[in-house]
Amino acid sequence: MNKRLKALASLLANVALTLLGLAIITFLIGRVMPVDPVLAAVGDNAPHEVVERIRAEMGLDQPLIVQFFRYLGQVFHGDFGVSILTKNAVTTDIARFFPATIELATAALILSMLIGVPVGVWAAVRQGSWIDQTIRVICLAGHSIPVFVLALLALYVFYYLFGITPGPGRQSVIYQDMVPQITGFLTIDSLLEGDYDAFWDALRHMAQPVFVLAYFSMAYITRMTRAFMLDAMRGEYVITARAKGLALRTVIWRHAFPNVSVQLVTVLALTYSGLLSGSVVTETVYSWPGLGQYLTTSLKNADMNPVVGATLLIGAICVGLNLIADLLYRQLDPRVR
Amino acid sequence: MKSSSKLRGIMTMFTRRTFLAGSAAIPFFSYTSLLDAYADTPKDMLVVAQQLDNMTSLDPHEGFEGVGTEMGSNIYQRLVRANRDKPTEIDGDLAESWKASEDGKSITFKIRKEAKFSSGNQVTAEDAAFSLQRAVIMNKTPAFIITQFGFDKDNVASAIKATDAGTLVITLAEPTSPSFLLYCLSANVGSIVEKKAVMAQEKDGDLGNNWLRNNSAGSGFFSLRAWKPSESVMLDVNPHSLYKSKMKRIIFRHIVDPSAQLLMLQKGDVDVARNLTTEQLRVLQNDANYNLVSQGVATLVVISLNQKNSNLAKPEVWQAVKWALDYDGIQKNIVPLTHKVHQSFLPGGYPGAVMDKPFKRDVAKAKELMQKAGLADGFDIAMDHYANQPYPDMAQAIQANLADIGIRVKLQAAENRAVLTKMRARQHEVALTAWGADYFDPHTNAEAFCINPDNSDDSKRRTFCWRSAYQSKEMNEAAETALREIDATKRIALYDKLQRDHMDNSPFTILLQSVYTAACRKNVDGVWIGILSNGTYEKVVKA
Repeated sequence: MNKRLKALASLLANVALTLLGLAIITFLIGRVMPVDPVLAAVGDNAPHEVVERIRAEMGLDQPLIVQFFRYLGQVFHGDFGVSILTKNAVTTDIARFFPATIELATAALILSMLIGVPVGVWAAVRQGSWIDQTIRVICLAGHSIPVFVLALLALYVFYYLFGITPGPGRQSVIYQDMVPQITGFLTIDSLLEGDYDAFWDALRHMAQPVFVLAYFSMAYITRMTRAFMLDAMRGEYVITARAKGLALRTVIWRHAFPNVSVQLVTVLALTYSGLLSGSVVTETVYSWPGLGQYLTTSLKNADMNPVVGATLLIGAICVGLNLIADLLYRQLDPRVR
Repeated sequence: MKSSSKLRGIMTMFTRRTFLAGSAAIPFFSYTSLLDAYADTPKDMLVVAQQLDNMTSLDPHEGFEGVGTEMGSNIYQRLVRANRDKPTEIDGDLAESWKASEDGKSITFKIRKEAKFSSGNQVTAEDAAFSLQRAVIMNKTPAFIITQFGFDKDNVASAIKATDAGTLVITLAEPTSPSFLLYCLSANVGSIVEKKAVMAQEKDGDLGNNWLRNNSAGSGFFSLRAWKPSESVMLDVNPHSLYKSKMKRIIFRHIVDPSAQLLMLQKGDVDVARNLTTEQLRVLQNDANYNLVSQGVATLVVISLNQKNSNLAKPEVWQAVKWALDYDGIQKNIVPLTHKVHQSFLPGGYPGAVMDKPFKRDVAKAKELMQKAGLADGFDIAMDHYANQPYPDMAQAIQANLADIGIRVKLQAAENRAVLTKMRARQHEVALTAWGADYFDPHTNAEAFCINPDNSDDSKRRTFCWRSAYQSKEMNEAAETALREIDATKRIALYDKLQRDHMDNSPFTILLQSVYTAACRKNVDGVWIGILSNGTYEKVVKA
């Protein structure tokens, strides 16, 4: 019991230290950036006295160390400050933008996992065959084609040429302002409202960005699965199982794959945290009002409260997902228990 | 086990999987009938694709960037507005008539009786007085346009006053040119809001600011229905507006990528695309299915030479730079559809703007000037410029032009605001930037380019020319004189001369004026882009 408490305490201390480090680094980057945050607040043409007044109001006339501790104090009270650009509390903004990203990221992860894992296993089992080569080429393409090229190409082909998916944006014009914001997830909110047309519309709008994101992640997941699987297939227990005369399917899924799945969990957790931090390019091309867009717009304007707030959130998610992966390890790997 | 059976085993595994996934996807991708049903937007609804991410507030007494200002023009009325076709004339908007006193120290407005807010309430002089006072008391970024007449939170209640429901009197401390005051009142910050509606939402003495950021209380053509940052803005027609727009609703969709805007326009999902660049406009230029509505706007591309650098402080070098540049070449090759050549400090379309273009590329003359400056061997210098296109291309062309006369330019690209931050700290040598005018009166840019009473680093008045440490007593005086001239015609003549002098003799080379283009589908007519983000959509009709 005591041991467990100790472990928990050291874990929490670790998490706190990571987040604190993150806060310090992001804060410093924001302050040493050669852009004056007051410019974002008042514009280039504001008279000098307005600039100085706003600078004082924002507390930017104080020494850096004072600013930092003041900010830290706010954060401990759950106050991440106000965005200069949207004039909303950062927490309000994130509550609005993050669900849009979670929606995409989750759908993309599920899709890429459903395709990537079996395809990776297949490629490993058929190592060196034309199937393996084809999968390799597809994956390499997924990894090396820049996302904006892929996204624009998809937009051109599926939206413009064939008209089978809708254009950029999260919903069609006729549904604008029709679905009240409850959870912020458009798909869930429209279902809660019982508006199935709006749900269908939201789903269709997700198709392209999810496809683009999933393709990119799938390429990674497939390659990793293949590598892990090849490793596992060389294991003595696999050879023993095969020698016993077990069917190949049983050997793959019952003997080799469970061992691979432990490593895969880490890959998936990493992929998911990557997807959740928001894909700037995909969100830009598809005009998706997600975290990535919010973060870049804020960064470009030296609007540091949202940047630090969103970075801390992403940091917390990474730490959280790693914790979950650790817990899953215990489930999947009896040796760790 | 033979490999063929191995393959078979895996194939059954995968075909089943693929089949299931495939059949799930079929209804998803065959749902085209619905799409066709609304491929064209409804006849009484206009859908506009536009970049909306810089919009910070729709409170007209607070917001000061382009997109929000344009929304303001559609939502609010001001007392007066500049005539669309003849910028030297001022039309009444909410004011039916106005009269300036002989001594230039007061001006009396009669408010239109038939004007109504979107709530249905009549617009009164009290609303007008409240609105202008509100702008002064809140003292947000654009307030200086009004406070430059000497109003502050203590005197504004007596200086801007409704004497009865239909009469507004503005009293000034100094004799002032009425045209200057009127042009300033035509700015977005001069918008008239409904006192009752705004004050009902007041919290902690904010004069309803927090509420008005994403709500509206105006008498303009439209009222704000919803604004979702980074997503969309929706305007509904104001049923009580004096001019009823045929568009019942306008939806602005935040589409970041210009190529995506083009695809949506071609597909018919949007009626108008506002942020197409040269690349996309070329595609539409000769296509009869689209109308391109273009307008020169109040943004100039300027090269500033910092006077703190001894080489750049020589008037011969100013001249040499002006004669070295290939204005037409830069415009034709780099920005043919988004900029036009312009060389005076007042943008084309402004009252009194000088449209002559005396400078063109003349290397021999420029070299001679360099020799006169004692710099026949040239010099090395750094030029800061924005990192987004078309600035890097322009910067390279300028670099090549200046190399021909011996000025060896090192280019330093950075994010727009980083360049501006450096310039405001007076740390640049040469800077290639854009300058946007604040309001529709010549003084806006005359002040920026000519007035710098205190050239010290801790000056209180940091105009655009202060940033480059340029101070000229003559220019300063001429700009102040023009500002104070009460006779409108004489005033324009003074600005004419000032612009010509400035063009000849200043360390600022004005190269280009921005041109905005709204690409409309051919069934859309009546889109108008203003010079100063004051375009409105009320005249739009869809065939």
